[in-house]
Formats: sequence, structure tokens, C-alpha cells
Amino acid sequence: MALLQGRDRQRVQSELASLANPVKLINFTQELACEYCRDTEQIARELGELSDKLQVEVYNFQIDKEQVARYRIDKIPALVVEGEKDYGVRFYGIPMGYEFMSLLGAIKDAGARATGLAAKTKAALATLVKPVHLQVYVTPT
Amino acid sequence: MESDLVTADMVEATEFPHLSMRYQVRAVPRTIVNETGAIEGGLPEHMFVDQVVAAASQS
Repeated sequence: MALLQGRDRQRVQSELASLANPVKLINFTQELACEYCRDTEQIARELGELSDKLQVEVYNFQIDKEQVARYRIDKIPALVVEGEKDYGVRFYGIPMGYEFMSLLGAIKDAGARATGLAAKTKAALATLVKPVHLQVYVTPT
Repeated sequence: MESDLVTADMVEATEFPHLSMRYQVRAVPRTIVNETGAIEGGLPEHMFVDQVVAAASQS
């Protein structure tokens, strides 16, 4: 059974219709001992059905070690949103509820190759001199 | 996306309880900056970026 149905599916499809450039949604998953892996993979695959510009790749966390290392994935389920390069954007855990909107937003930004951040914010980011790793902890509701 | 130096993970807290415990996540959103810094709650963009830059400079 589809996780994205009816009006929701139509709404997401119209959101993704505006993707100007190709986007990759890369899912890391495994069969066993991962409660939300299956649904996360299904969400990724269903999103891929909704836009020609959105390419979905699925890798096995246990087997595809090269890709796991390349994208520095340390837990699953994981989703990487990639545009013309890897921006370092990851979603860990099932993207449900508000997180689904965040994922959609990341896909749209990647497709636009641009964010809606203010000029001041970009200027502040330009002052960074060393790597910054952000982890935003959220819950589905 | 706007900085090659910034990587950003969105983490579903209930699925990774060991991490939620390690980073003392009691309310969401809670943002961890380079393992040591923490930003509580959802902030307006300008305040958020200021705190990220400040936390990064201390880490």
C-alpha cells in the first residue's frame, strides 16, 4: 500500500514539479533489525515516482560499504539529498510528519541549487574557517 | 548547502535513543554543534546562525 496517497500525493507531485535541476535522493537501509528502514525506503521510492528530476538510489548499509564510506553514513535509515554535489545534508530516521516537509524543502532547495537564506546569513556562514557539524534532533509530530 | 564547511544531519530523536541520551535531548528541536555546543528550540534565522557561528568558534 502506498504511503503517499490521494491529495497528499498530488500536493507533493505539484511541489516537485518545479524542480529545475536533477536531485538525487540516496537511501541507506537494511532488511533486518531496523524498524523504520522499510517505510523510509518506500517513501524514497514513492517520491522518485513523482518527478523525473528526482533520482532515487538505494544502498544496503551492511553490504554497500563503499557508498556508506563515501557518504559517511553511521546509522540507518538514512537519506542523503544531493544536487550538483554532496551538500552534507542527511536525514536519519523516517521522514514523517514535520520532517517530511523538511525533506521536501531540502529536495526543492537542491533542485533550485539555492536556499532561501538571507544575505546576512550567507555572510555569517562565509566567516566560518573550520568544519561545522550540525545535528538537529527532532520528533515526528 | 550555502557553506562547504557545514554538514547538517536531521535526526529523529526517538529512533536513536542512545544519541538523544548522549546529547541530552529533552525537548525538540535541539541542535548540537560539533558535539559540544547546543542550541535549544527553533530560533529565527538570524539568531540561529549567530549561535551556530558562536558555538563553532568555541569548539
